[in-house]
Amino acid sequence: MLLITCPWCGVREEHEFACGGEAHIVRPLDSHTLDDAEWADYVFMRRNPKGVQYERWVHNDGCRRWFNMARHTVSHEILAIYKVGEPKPEFEG
Amino acid sequence: MTKYSLLSLVRNAGRGHRDWREAWRSPEPKPSYDALIIGGGGHGLATAYYLASEHGLTNIAVLEKGWIGGGNTGRNTTIIRSNYLEDASSRLYDHAVDLWEGLSRELNFNVMFSQRGVMNLAHNEHDVRELRRRVHANQLNGVDAEWLWRDEVQAFCPVLNCDPAARYPILGATLQRRAGVARHDAVAWGYARGADRRGVDVVENCEVTGFIIRNGEVRGVETTRGEIRAPKIGVVTAGHSSVMATMAGLRLPIESHPLQALVSEPIKPILDTVVMSNAVHVYVSQSDKGELVIGAGADLYNSYAQRGSFPVIEETVRALVELFPFTSRLSMLRSWGGIVDICPDASPIISKTPVRGLYFNCGWGTGGFKATPGSGWVFAHTMARDEPHSLNAPFTIERFHSGALVAEHGAAAVAH
Ligand SMILES: Cc1cc2nc3c(=O)[nH]c(=O)nc-3n(C[C@H](O)[C@H](O)[C@H](O)COP(=O)(O)OP(=O)(O)OC[C@H]3O[C@@H](n4cnc5c(N)ncnc54)[C@H](O)[C@@H]3O)c2cc1C
Ligand SMILES: [Zn+2]
Repeated sequence: MLLITCPWCGVREEHEFACGGEAHIVRPLDSHTLDDAEWADYVFMRRNPKGVQYERWVHNDGCRRWFNMARHTVSHEILAIYKVGEPKPEFEG
Repeated sequence: MTKYSLLSLVRNAGRGHRDWREAWRSPEPKPSYDALIIGGGGHGLATAYYLASEHGLTNIAVLEKGWIGGGNTGRNTTIIRSNYLEDASSRLYDHAVDLWEGLSRELNFNVMFSQRGVMNLAHNEHDVRELRRRVHANQLNGVDAEWLWRDEVQAFCPVLNCDPAARYPILGATLQRRAGVARHDAVAWGYARGADRRGVDVVENCEVTGFIIRNGEVRGVETTRGEIRAPKIGVVTAGHSSVMATMAGLRLPIESHPLQALVSEPIKPILDTVVMSNAVHVYVSQSDKGELVIGAGADLYNSYAQRGSFPVIEETVRALVELFPFTSRLSMLRSWGGIVDICPDASPIISKTPVRGLYFNCGWGTGGFKATPGSGWVFAHTMARDEPHSLNAPFTIERFHSGALVAEHGAAAVAH
Protein backbone atom coordinates (compact mmCIF):
# COMPACT_ATOMS: atom_id res chain seq x y z
CA MET A 1 0.00 0.00 0.00
CA LEU A 2 1.46 3.33 -1.06
CA LEU A 3 0.90 6.44 1.01
CA ILE A 4 0.75 9.29 -1.46
CA THR A 5 1.02 12.95 -0.60
CA CYS A 6 -1.36 14.79 -2.88
CA PRO A 7 0.06 18.28 -3.42
CA TRP A 8 -3.36 19.70 -2.55
CA CYS A 9 -4.89 17.28 -0.01
CA GLY A 10 -1.93 15.84 1.84
CA VAL A 11 -1.23 12.19 2.70
CA ARG A 12 -3.81 9.70 1.42
CA GLU A 13 -3.91 5.97 0.73
CA GLU A 14 -3.17 4.59 -2.71
CA HIS A 15 -6.69 3.43 -3.51
CA GLU A 16 -7.91 7.05 -3.68
CA PHE A 17 -5.66 7.57 -6.71
CA ALA A 18 -5.29 6.36 -10.26
CA CYS A 19 -2.02 6.16 -12.14
CA GLY A 20 -1.95 7.75 -15.58
CA GLY A 21 1.31 6.22 -16.77
CA GLU A 22 4.54 7.75 -18.03
CA ALA A 23 4.85 11.52 -17.63
CA HIS A 24 6.69 14.08 -19.77
CA ILE A 25 5.62 12.60 -23.11
CA VAL A 26 5.46 15.64 -25.33
CA ARG A 27 3.17 15.70 -28.31
CA PRO A 28 5.31 16.41 -31.41
CA LEU A 29 4.74 19.93 -32.70
CA ASP A 30 5.56 19.13 -36.31
CA SER A 31 3.01 16.33 -36.39
CA HIS A 32 2.31 16.67 -40.13
CA THR A 33 5.90 15.63 -40.90
CA LEU A 34 5.88 12.43 -38.81
CA ASP A 35 5.78 9.04 -40.47
CA ASP A 36 3.80 6.11 -39.03
CA ALA A 37 6.72 4.75 -37.01
CA GLU A 38 7.36 8.14 -35.41
CA TRP A 39 3.68 8.47 -34.55
CA ALA A 40 3.68 4.98 -33.07
CA ASP A 41 6.63 5.97 -30.93
CA TYR A 42 4.71 8.91 -29.52
CA VAL A 43 1.39 7.12 -29.10
CA PHE A 44 2.42 3.63 -27.97
CA MET A 45 6.09 3.17 -27.10
CA ARG A 46 7.01 3.54 -23.45
CA ARG A 47 10.20 3.56 -21.38
CA ASN A 48 8.82 1.16 -18.76
CA PRO A 49 12.07 1.38 -16.78
CA LYS A 50 13.25 -0.99 -14.09
CA GLY A 51 14.33 1.87 -11.84
CA VAL A 52 13.08 5.43 -11.56
CA GLN A 53 9.83 6.05 -13.39
CA TYR A 54 8.34 9.51 -13.88
CA GLU A 55 4.58 9.17 -14.00
CA ARG A 56 1.26 10.99 -13.79
CA TRP A 57 -1.25 10.37 -11.02
CA VAL A 58 -4.73 11.71 -10.39
CA HIS A 59 -6.42 12.04 -7.02
CA ASN A 60 -9.63 10.42 -8.23
CA ASP A 61 -11.48 10.12 -4.94
CA GLY A 62 -10.26 13.47 -3.65
CA CYS A 63 -9.57 16.75 -5.41
CA ARG A 64 -9.50 15.02 -8.84
CA ARG A 65 -6.36 16.93 -9.80
CA TRP A 66 -3.36 15.58 -11.68
CA PHE A 67 0.26 15.70 -10.52
CA ASN A 68 3.58 14.01 -11.27
CA MET A 69 5.54 11.51 -9.26
CA ALA A 70 9.05 10.04 -9.46
CA ARG A 71 8.89 6.50 -8.11
CA HIS A 72 11.25 3.52 -8.10
CA THR A 73 9.63 0.54 -9.82
CA VAL A 74 11.43 -2.09 -7.75
CA SER A 75 11.33 -0.61 -4.23
CA HIS A 76 8.17 1.43 -4.94
CA GLU A 77 9.83 4.27 -3.02
CA ILE A 78 8.28 7.62 -3.89
CA LEU A 79 11.23 9.91 -4.58
CA ALA A 80 9.36 13.09 -5.42
CA ILE A 81 5.89 14.46 -6.02
CA TYR A 82 5.64 17.64 -8.07
CA LYS A 83 3.00 19.64 -9.86
CA VAL A 84 2.39 19.42 -13.58
CA GLY A 85 4.54 22.06 -15.26
CA GLU A 86 7.21 22.00 -12.56
CA PRO A 87 10.65 20.83 -13.74
CA LYS A 88 11.34 17.12 -13.63
CA PRO A 89 13.66 16.25 -10.74
CA GLU A 90 16.65 14.13 -11.79
CA PHE A 91 17.38 10.86 -10.03
CA GLU A 92 19.96 8.18 -10.76
CA GLY A 93 18.75 4.79 -11.99
CA MET B 1 17.03 -40.28 -20.61
CA THR B 2 14.45 -42.66 -19.12
CA LYS B 3 11.08 -42.74 -20.78
CA TYR B 4 8.44 -42.33 -18.10
CA SER B 5 6.01 -45.24 -18.15
CA LEU B 6 4.22 -47.61 -15.86
CA LEU B 7 7.18 -49.95 -16.28
CA SER B 8 9.75 -47.31 -15.25
CA LEU B 9 7.57 -46.39 -12.28
CA VAL B 10 7.35 -49.99 -11.10
CA ARG B 11 11.06 -50.59 -11.66
CA ASN B 12 12.03 -47.47 -9.70
CA ALA B 13 9.54 -48.18 -6.95
CA GLY B 14 11.25 -51.57 -6.56
CA ARG B 15 14.54 -49.75 -5.94
CA GLY B 16 12.98 -47.38 -3.42
CA HIS B 17 12.94 -44.49 -5.89
CA ARG B 18 16.67 -43.94 -5.39
CA ASP B 19 17.69 -44.23 -9.03
CA TRP B 20 15.57 -41.63 -10.80
CA ARG B 21 17.82 -39.59 -13.07
CA GLU B 22 17.66 -35.81 -13.28
CA ALA B 23 15.01 -34.73 -15.79
CA TRP B 24 17.41 -32.38 -17.59
CA ARG B 25 21.16 -31.72 -17.41
CA SER B 26 22.71 -28.58 -15.94
CA PRO B 27 25.34 -27.89 -18.61
CA GLU B 28 27.95 -25.13 -18.66
CA PRO B 29 27.07 -22.71 -21.45
CA LYS B 30 29.19 -23.14 -24.61
CA PRO B 31 30.86 -20.07 -26.19
CA SER B 32 28.54 -20.23 -29.20
CA TYR B 33 25.32 -21.78 -30.46
CA ASP B 34 23.18 -21.70 -33.59
CA ALA B 35 20.41 -19.98 -31.65
CA LEU B 36 19.69 -18.70 -28.15
CA ILE B 37 16.46 -18.29 -26.24
CA ILE B 38 16.52 -15.76 -23.42
CA GLY B 39 14.05 -16.63 -20.67
CA GLY B 40 13.32 -20.09 -19.31
CA GLY B 41 9.60 -19.69 -18.76
CA GLY B 42 7.10 -21.95 -20.46
CA HIS B 43 7.15 -19.89 -23.67
CA GLY B 44 10.95 -19.87 -23.97
CA LEU B 45 11.27 -23.58 -23.19
CA ALA B 46 8.46 -24.45 -25.62
CA THR B 47 10.23 -22.38 -28.29
CA ALA B 48 13.45 -24.33 -27.73
CA TYR B 49 11.56 -27.61 -27.78
CA TYR B 50 9.87 -26.88 -31.12
CA LEU B 51 13.07 -25.43 -32.64
CA ALA B 52 14.65 -28.82 -31.93
CA SER B 53 11.70 -31.10 -32.66
CA GLU B 54 10.10 -29.30 -35.64
CA HIS B 55 13.01 -27.44 -37.22
CA GLY B 56 16.03 -29.63 -36.44
CA LEU B 57 17.89 -26.85 -34.60
CA THR B 58 19.50 -28.69 -31.70
CA ASN B 59 22.72 -26.74 -31.10
CA ILE B 60 20.80 -24.15 -29.11
CA ALA B 61 20.49 -22.99 -25.51
CA VAL B 62 17.90 -21.48 -23.21
CA LEU B 63 19.40 -18.88 -20.85
CA GLU B 64 17.43 -18.32 -17.65
CA LYS B 65 18.53 -15.82 -15.01
CA GLY B 66 16.94 -17.73 -12.14
CA TRP B 67 15.39 -21.17 -12.20
CA ILE B 68 13.15 -22.34 -15.03
CA GLY B 69 9.47 -21.64 -14.51
CA GLY B 70 10.21 -19.21 -11.67
CA GLY B 71 8.65 -16.27 -13.51
CA ASN B 72 5.01 -15.95 -14.47
CA THR B 73 4.90 -19.56 -15.60
CA GLY B 74 5.13 -20.71 -11.97
CA ARG B 75 2.99 -17.88 -10.60
CA ASN B 76 -0.13 -17.98 -12.72
CA THR B 77 -3.60 -19.38 -12.09
CA THR B 78 -3.27 -21.72 -15.11
CA ILE B 79 -6.54 -20.97 -16.85
CA ILE B 80 -6.53 -22.23 -20.45
CA ARG B 81 -9.20 -21.15 -22.94
CA SER B 82 -9.46 -19.76 -26.45
CA ASN B 83 -12.69 -17.75 -26.47
CA TYR B 84 -11.13 -14.53 -27.76
CA LEU B 85 -13.07 -12.07 -29.90
CA GLU B 86 -10.97 -11.34 -32.99
CA ASP B 87 -10.33 -13.83 -35.78
CA ALA B 88 -6.54 -13.58 -35.42
CA SER B 89 -6.64 -14.26 -31.69
CA SER B 90 -9.13 -17.08 -31.81
CA ARG B 91 -6.92 -18.86 -34.35
CA LEU B 92 -3.79 -18.31 -32.25
CA TYR B 93 -5.29 -19.41 -28.93
CA ASP B 94 -7.36 -22.26 -30.37
CA HIS B 95 -4.26 -23.71 -32.02
CA ALA B 96 -2.67 -23.66 -28.57
CA VAL B 97 -5.63 -25.60 -27.12
CA ASP B 98 -5.18 -28.17 -29.91
CA LEU B 99 -1.57 -28.61 -28.78
CA TRP B 100 -2.56 -28.78 -25.09
CA GLU B 101 -4.80 -31.74 -25.86
CA GLY B 102 -1.86 -33.86 -27.00
CA LEU B 103 0.85 -32.32 -24.83
CA SER B 104 1.28 -34.88 -22.04
CA ARG B 105 1.73 -37.61 -24.64
CA GLU B 106 3.99 -35.48 -26.85
CA LEU B 107 6.28 -34.62 -23.93
CA ASN B 108 5.98 -37.94 -22.09
CA PHE B 109 5.30 -35.77 -19.06
CA ASN B 110 1.97 -35.33 -17.34
CA VAL B 111 1.01 -31.66 -17.58
CA MET B 112 -2.32 -32.50 -15.93
CA PHE B 113 -4.38 -30.70 -18.55
CA SER B 114 -7.90 -30.84 -17.20
CA GLN B 115 -10.71 -29.73 -19.52
CA ARG B 116 -13.20 -28.88 -16.81
CA GLY B 117 -14.74 -25.90 -18.62
CA VAL B 118 -14.40 -22.17 -18.02
CA MET B 119 -17.32 -19.84 -17.33
CA ASN B 120 -17.21 -16.06 -17.75
CA LEU B 121 -19.95 -14.40 -15.71
CA ALA B 122 -22.22 -11.57 -16.82
CA HIS B 123 -23.41 -9.29 -14.01
CA ASN B 124 -25.37 -6.67 -15.94
CA GLU B 125 -27.06 -6.05 -19.29
CA HIS B 126 -23.90 -4.72 -20.83
CA ASP B 127 -21.92 -7.82 -19.81
CA VAL B 128 -24.67 -9.98 -21.30
CA ARG B 129 -24.51 -8.19 -24.64
CA GLU B 130 -20.73 -8.15 -24.71
CA LEU B 131 -20.32 -11.81 -23.75
CA ARG B 132 -23.05 -13.06 -26.07
CA ARG B 133 -21.40 -11.16 -28.90
CA ARG B 134 -18.19 -13.01 -28.04
CA VAL B 135 -20.00 -16.37 -28.01
CA HIS B 136 -21.35 -15.63 -31.48
CA ALA B 137 -17.94 -14.58 -32.76
CA ASN B 138 -16.41 -17.72 -31.28
CA GLN B 139 -19.01 -19.95 -32.88
CA LEU B 140 -18.40 -18.33 -36.28
CA ASN B 141 -14.69 -19.04 -35.81
CA GLY B 142 -15.25 -22.65 -34.83
CA VAL B 143 -14.21 -22.02 -31.22
CA ASP B 144 -16.38 -23.95 -28.79
CA ALA B 145 -18.62 -21.54 -26.88
CA GLU B 146 -22.03 -21.66 -25.26
CA TRP B 147 -24.25 -19.15 -23.54
CA LEU B 148 -25.92 -20.10 -20.24
CA TRP B 149 -28.72 -18.15 -18.61
CA ARG B 150 -28.86 -17.85 -14.85
CA ASP B 151 -30.67 -21.11 -14.10
CA GLU B 152 -28.27 -23.01 -16.32
CA VAL B 153 -25.32 -21.34 -14.57
CA GLN B 154 -26.73 -22.38 -11.21
CA ALA B 155 -27.17 -25.96 -12.40
CA PHE B 156 -23.66 -26.09 -13.85
CA CYS B 157 -22.03 -24.62 -10.75
CA PRO B 158 -24.28 -25.01 -7.69
CA VAL B 159 -21.95 -23.25 -5.23
CA LEU B 160 -22.23 -19.94 -7.09
CA ASN B 161 -24.46 -17.33 -5.50
CA CYS B 162 -27.07 -16.85 -8.25
CA ASP B 163 -29.59 -15.11 -6.01
CA PRO B 164 -31.07 -12.21 -8.04
CA ALA B 165 -30.69 -10.00 -4.97
CA ALA B 166 -26.95 -10.70 -4.70
CA ARG B 167 -24.58 -7.79 -4.73
CA TYR B 168 -23.15 -9.02 -8.04
CA PRO B 169 -26.20 -10.65 -9.62
CA ILE B 170 -25.42 -13.29 -12.22
CA LEU B 171 -27.53 -12.87 -15.35
CA GLY B 172 -25.75 -15.50 -17.36
CA ALA B 173 -22.35 -16.78 -18.40
CA THR B 174 -20.33 -18.01 -21.32
CA LEU B 175 -19.07 -21.56 -21.12
CA GLN B 176 -16.18 -23.05 -23.05
CA ARG B 177 -16.20 -26.76 -22.24
CA ARG B 178 -12.89 -27.45 -23.95
CA ALA B 179 -11.18 -24.96 -21.64
CA GLY B 180 -9.65 -25.77 -18.26
CA VAL B 181 -6.43 -25.73 -16.29
CA ALA B 182 -3.03 -27.45 -16.29
CA ARG B 183 -0.13 -27.92 -13.90
CA HIS B 184 2.10 -24.87 -14.49
CA ASP B 185 5.42 -26.28 -13.22
CA ALA B 186 4.95 -29.47 -15.19
CA VAL B 187 4.68 -27.44 -18.38
CA ALA B 188 8.08 -25.83 -17.79
CA TRP B 189 9.64 -29.10 -16.65
CA GLY B 190 8.11 -31.16 -19.45
CA TYR B 191 9.33 -28.80 -22.17
CA ALA B 192 12.77 -28.50 -20.53
CA ARG B 193 13.13 -32.25 -20.37
CA GLY B 194 11.90 -32.68 -23.95
CA ALA B 195 14.27 -30.00 -25.23
CA ASP B 196 17.22 -31.36 -23.21
CA ARG B 197 16.59 -34.80 -24.60
CA ARG B 198 17.00 -33.39 -28.11
CA GLY B 199 20.32 -31.78 -27.23
CA VAL B 200 19.22 -28.31 -26.12
CA ASP B 201 21.25 -26.81 -23.25
CA VAL B 202 18.95 -25.44 -20.55
CA VAL B 203 21.21 -23.06 -18.61
CA GLU B 204 19.85 -21.75 -15.32
CA ASN B 205 21.38 -18.95 -13.21
CA CYS B 206 22.58 -17.18 -16.34
CA GLU B 207 21.35 -13.62 -16.68
CA VAL B 208 21.66 -11.79 -19.99
CA THR B 209 23.12 -8.33 -19.35
CA GLY B 210 23.63 -7.02 -22.89
CA PHE B 211 23.48 -7.73 -26.60
CA ILE B 212 26.33 -7.80 -29.06
CA ILE B 213 24.99 -6.05 -32.17
CA ARG B 214 27.10 -5.19 -35.24
CA ASN B 215 25.82 -3.47 -38.40
CA GLY B 216 22.22 -3.99 -37.37
CA GLU B 217 22.76 -7.71 -36.81
CA VAL B 218 22.73 -9.54 -33.53
CA ARG B 219 25.87 -11.57 -32.85
CA GLY B 220 25.43 -12.74 -29.28
CA VAL B 221 24.85 -11.77 -25.69
CA GLU B 222 26.78 -10.84 -22.60
CA THR B 223 25.75 -12.81 -19.55
CA THR B 224 26.72 -13.27 -15.93
CA ARG B 225 28.45 -16.44 -17.14
CA GLY B 226 30.38 -14.84 -19.98
CA GLU B 227 29.83 -13.94 -23.59
CA ILE B 228 27.76 -16.33 -25.71
CA ARG B 229 27.60 -15.98 -29.49
CA ALA B 230 24.68 -16.88 -31.74
CA PRO B 231 23.29 -15.54 -35.03
CA LYS B 232 19.65 -15.91 -33.90
CA ILE B 233 18.32 -14.83 -30.54
CA GLY B 234 14.76 -15.04 -29.27
CA VAL B 235 13.80 -12.91 -26.27
CA VAL B 236 10.98 -14.40 -24.17
CA THR B 237 11.27 -12.56 -20.87
CA ALA B 238 7.66 -11.51 -20.14
CA GLY B 239 7.71 -8.67 -17.56
CA HIS B 240 11.35 -7.88 -18.37
CA SER B 241 10.82 -7.41 -22.11
CA SER B 242 11.22 -3.62 -21.99
CA VAL B 243 14.49 -4.05 -20.08
CA MET B 244 15.78 -6.38 -22.79
CA ALA B 245 14.51 -4.10 -25.58
CA THR B 246 16.32 -1.13 -24.04
CA MET B 247 19.55 -3.18 -24.01
CA ALA B 248 19.08 -3.76 -27.74
CA GLY B 249 18.27 -0.11 -28.46
CA LEU B 250 14.60 -0.85 -29.23
CA ARG B 251 11.38 0.51 -27.79
CA LEU B 252 8.27 -1.53 -27.02
CA PRO B 253 4.67 -0.50 -26.30
CA ILE B 254 4.74 -2.62 -23.15
CA GLU B 255 4.20 -1.71 -19.51
CA SER B 256 5.05 -4.05 -16.64
CA HIS B 257 2.52 -4.44 -13.85
CA PRO B 258 2.18 -6.81 -10.90
CA LEU B 259 -0.61 -9.34 -11.16
CA GLN B 260 -1.52 -11.14 -7.96
CA ALA B 261 -2.99 -14.47 -6.99
CA LEU B 262 -3.69 -16.33 -3.76
CA VAL B 263 -4.59 -19.82 -2.59
CA SER B 264 -6.80 -20.98 0.23
CA GLU B 265 -6.31 -23.85 2.64
CA PRO B 266 -7.22 -27.18 1.01
CA ILE B 267 -10.85 -28.23 1.24
CA LYS B 268 -12.89 -31.13 -0.08
CA PRO B 269 -13.83 -31.03 -3.77
CA ILE B 270 -16.45 -28.34 -4.22
CA LEU B 271 -15.68 -26.60 -7.51
CA ASP B 272 -15.27 -28.75 -10.62
CA THR B 273 -15.01 -25.94 -13.16
CA VAL B 274 -13.32 -22.56 -13.55
CA VAL B 275 -15.32 -19.42 -12.80
CA MET B 276 -14.18 -16.01 -13.98
CA SER B 277 -15.68 -12.61 -13.57
CA ASN B 278 -14.03 -9.77 -15.44
CA ALA B 279 -16.36 -7.18 -13.98
CA VAL B 280 -15.54 -7.84 -10.33
CA HIS B 281 -11.99 -9.13 -10.90
CA VAL B 282 -11.93 -12.59 -9.52
CA TYR B 283 -11.34 -15.97 -11.07
CA VAL B 284 -11.36 -19.25 -9.23
CA SER B 285 -10.62 -22.92 -9.68
CA GLN B 286 -9.87 -25.73 -7.26
CA SER B 287 -6.51 -27.48 -7.46
CA ASP B 288 -6.08 -31.23 -7.16
CA LYS B 289 -4.75 -30.64 -3.65
CA GLY B 290 -8.04 -28.98 -2.77
CA GLU B 291 -6.88 -25.39 -2.53
CA LEU B 292 -8.95 -22.71 -4.18
CA VAL B 293 -6.69 -20.90 -6.63
CA ILE B 294 -7.82 -17.29 -6.86
CA GLY B 295 -6.66 -14.70 -9.34
CA ALA B 296 -6.82 -10.98 -8.63
CA GLY B 297 -6.71 -7.88 -10.78
CA ALA B 298 -3.57 -6.13 -12.01
CA ASP B 299 -2.05 -3.35 -9.93
CA LEU B 300 -2.44 0.19 -11.21
CA TYR B 301 1.16 1.20 -11.54
CA ASN B 302 4.29 -0.06 -13.27
CA SER B 303 6.41 -2.33 -11.13
CA TYR B 304 9.14 -4.95 -11.26
CA ALA B 305 8.77 -5.92 -7.61
CA GLN B 306 6.94 -9.27 -7.95
CA ARG B 307 4.56 -8.23 -5.23
CA GLY B 308 1.34 -6.31 -5.45
CA SER B 309 -0.52 -3.98 -3.18
CA PHE B 310 -3.06 -5.00 -0.61
CA PRO B 311 -6.13 -3.07 -1.87
CA VAL B 312 -6.14 -5.30 -4.96
CA ILE B 313 -6.28 -8.46 -2.86
CA GLU B 314 -8.96 -6.94 -0.67
CA GLU B 315 -11.14 -6.16 -3.67
CA THR B 316 -10.70 -9.66 -5.04
CA VAL B 317 -11.54 -11.38 -1.79
CA ARG B 318 -14.59 -9.17 -1.39
CA ALA B 319 -15.85 -10.29 -4.79
CA LEU B 320 -15.00 -13.90 -3.98
CA VAL B 321 -17.11 -13.91 -0.84
CA GLU B 322 -20.04 -12.36 -2.69
CA LEU B 323 -19.91 -14.92 -5.49
CA PHE B 324 -19.11 -17.92 -3.29
CA PRO B 325 -20.54 -17.23 0.18
CA PHE B 326 -19.08 -20.50 1.54
CA THR B 327 -15.58 -18.98 1.25
CA SER B 328 -16.20 -16.40 3.96
CA ARG B 329 -14.62 -18.61 6.63
CA LEU B 330 -11.82 -19.95 4.49
CA SER B 331 -8.23 -19.11 5.43
CA MET B 332 -5.89 -17.99 2.70
CA LEU B 333 -2.50 -19.70 2.76
CA ARG B 334 -0.40 -17.41 0.64
CA SER B 335 -0.49 -14.69 -1.98
CA TRP B 336 2.10 -13.61 -4.51
CA GLY B 337 2.60 -11.48 -7.58
CA GLY B 338 4.15 -11.85 -11.00
CA ILE B 339 5.25 -9.08 -13.34
CA VAL B 340 3.13 -9.13 -16.47
CA ASP B 341 3.94 -7.43 -19.77
CA ILE B 342 0.84 -5.54 -20.85
CA CYS B 343 0.39 -4.38 -24.46
CA PRO B 344 -1.96 -1.51 -25.37
CA ASP B 345 -4.24 -3.84 -27.35
CA ALA B 346 -4.02 -6.73 -24.85
CA SER B 347 -2.51 -8.97 -27.54
CA PRO B 348 1.01 -10.40 -27.74
CA ILE B 349 3.95 -9.41 -29.91
CA ILE B 350 5.56 -12.41 -31.64
CA SER B 351 7.80 -10.70 -34.07
CA LYS B 352 11.01 -9.99 -35.90
CA THR B 353 12.64 -6.70 -34.94
CA PRO B 354 14.65 -4.03 -36.78
CA VAL B 355 17.80 -5.86 -35.52
CA ARG B 356 18.48 -8.78 -37.84
CA GLY B 357 18.44 -12.15 -36.06
CA LEU B 358 16.76 -10.70 -32.97
CA TYR B 359 13.18 -11.77 -32.25
CA PHE B 360 10.77 -10.84 -29.46
CA ASN B 361 7.92 -12.87 -28.01
CA CYS B 362 6.20 -10.80 -25.34
CA GLY B 363 3.16 -8.76 -24.40
CA TRP B 364 1.18 -11.80 -23.23
CA GLY B 365 0.33 -9.79 -20.17
CA THR B 366 -2.19 -11.29 -17.82
CA GLY B 367 -3.08 -14.23 -20.02
CA GLY B 368 -0.23 -16.03 -21.76
CA PHE B 369 -0.09 -19.34 -19.91
CA LYS B 370 -2.96 -20.70 -22.01
CA ALA B 371 -0.93 -20.01 -25.14
CA THR B 372 2.34 -21.61 -23.99
CA PRO B 373 2.51 -24.49 -26.50
CA GLY B 374 1.16 -22.41 -29.40
CA SER B 375 3.40 -19.45 -28.60
CA GLY B 376 6.50 -21.65 -28.61
CA TRP B 377 5.37 -23.36 -31.77
CA VAL B 378 4.84 -20.17 -33.83
CA PHE B 379 7.90 -18.45 -32.37
CA ALA B 380 10.11 -21.42 -33.27
CA HIS B 381 8.75 -21.17 -36.80
CA THR B 382 9.42 -17.43 -36.89
CA MET B 383 13.01 -17.86 -35.69
CA ALA B 384 13.83 -20.88 -37.85
CA ARG B 385 12.40 -19.45 -41.10
CA ASP B 386 13.04 -15.78 -40.32
CA GLU B 387 9.40 -15.09 -41.10
CA PRO B 388 6.21 -15.44 -39.07
CA HIS B 389 3.82 -18.34 -39.42
CA SER B 390 0.40 -17.27 -40.72
CA LEU B 391 -0.93 -17.75 -37.15
CA ASN B 392 1.34 -15.05 -35.71
CA ALA B 393 1.68 -12.80 -38.77
CA PRO B 394 -0.90 -10.32 -37.36
CA PHE B 395 1.09 -10.05 -34.10
CA THR B 396 4.11 -8.02 -35.26
CA ILE B 397 5.55 -4.91 -33.66
CA GLU B 398 4.67 -3.05 -36.89
CA ARG B 399 0.96 -3.31 -36.10
CA PHE B 400 1.52 -0.32 -33.82
CA HIS B 401 2.76 1.64 -36.84
CA SER B 402 0.00 0.59 -39.21
CA GLY B 403 -2.77 0.73 -36.62
CA ALA B 404 -3.88 -2.85 -37.29
CA LEU B 405 -4.24 -3.58 -33.59
CA VAL B 406 -5.82 -6.80 -32.31
CA ALA B 407 -7.97 -5.33 -29.56
CA GLU B 408 -8.75 -7.98 -26.96
CA HIS B 409 -9.46 -6.00 -23.81
CA GLY B 410 -12.87 -7.60 -23.48
CA ALA B 411 -11.57 -11.13 -23.76
CA ALA B 412 -8.24 -10.65 -22.03
CA ALA B 413 -8.62 -7.53 -19.89
CA VAL B 414 -7.47 -8.08 -16.38
CA ALA B 415 -9.08 -11.42 -16.06
CA HIS B 416 -8.20 -14.26 -18.39
C1 LIG C 1 -0.82 -14.05 -10.87
C2 LIG C 1 -0.86 -14.40 -12.32
C3 LIG C 1 -1.93 -15.12 -12.82
C4 LIG C 1 -1.99 -15.46 -14.16
N1 LIG C 1 -3.02 -16.26 -14.57
C5 LIG C 1 -3.06 -16.69 -15.86
C6 LIG C 1 -4.08 -17.59 -16.26
O1 LIG C 1 -4.93 -18.02 -15.47
N2 LIG C 1 -4.11 -17.99 -17.56
C7 LIG C 1 -3.19 -17.53 -18.46
O2 LIG C 1 -3.26 -17.90 -19.62
N3 LIG C 1 -2.18 -16.69 -18.08
C8 LIG C 1 -2.09 -16.26 -16.81
N4 LIG C 1 -1.09 -15.41 -16.41
C9 LIG C 1 -0.12 -14.92 -17.40
C10 LIG C 1 0.95 -15.98 -17.67
O3 LIG C 1 1.50 -16.41 -16.45
C11 LIG C 1 2.07 -15.44 -18.55
O4 LIG C 1 1.55 -14.76 -19.68
C12 LIG C 1 2.95 -16.56 -19.06
O5 LIG C 1 3.24 -17.50 -18.05
C13 LIG C 1 4.23 -15.98 -19.61
O6 LIG C 1 5.15 -17.03 -19.84
P1 LIG C 1 6.62 -16.69 -20.25
O7 LIG C 1 7.33 -17.97 -20.41
O8 LIG C 1 6.60 -15.76 -21.40
O9 LIG C 1 7.16 -15.82 -19.01
P2 LIG C 1 7.87 -16.22 -17.65
O10 LIG C 1 7.41 -17.51 -17.12
O11 LIG C 1 7.77 -15.02 -16.76
O12 LIG C 1 9.36 -16.42 -18.13
C14 LIG C 1 10.23 -15.35 -18.44
C15 LIG C 1 11.58 -15.74 -17.89
O13 LIG C 1 12.56 -14.82 -18.35
C16 LIG C 1 13.55 -14.75 -17.36
N5 LIG C 1 14.37 -13.56 -17.58
C17 LIG C 1 14.01 -12.26 -17.44
N6 LIG C 1 15.06 -11.46 -17.69
C18 LIG C 1 16.11 -12.26 -18.02
C19 LIG C 1 17.47 -12.02 -18.38
N7 LIG C 1 17.97 -10.78 -18.46
N8 LIG C 1 18.27 -13.08 -18.64
C20 LIG C 1 17.78 -14.36 -18.55
N9 LIG C 1 16.51 -14.64 -18.20
C21 LIG C 1 15.68 -13.60 -17.94
C22 LIG C 1 12.75 -14.72 -16.07
O14 LIG C 1 13.53 -15.08 -14.95
C23 LIG C 1 11.63 -15.70 -16.36
O15 LIG C 1 11.87 -17.00 -15.87
C24 LIG C 1 -0.98 -15.04 -15.06
C25 LIG C 1 0.10 -14.31 -14.57
C26 LIG C 1 0.18 -14.00 -13.22
C27 LIG C 1 1.36 -13.23 -12.71
ZN1 LIG D 1 -5.95 15.73 -3.83
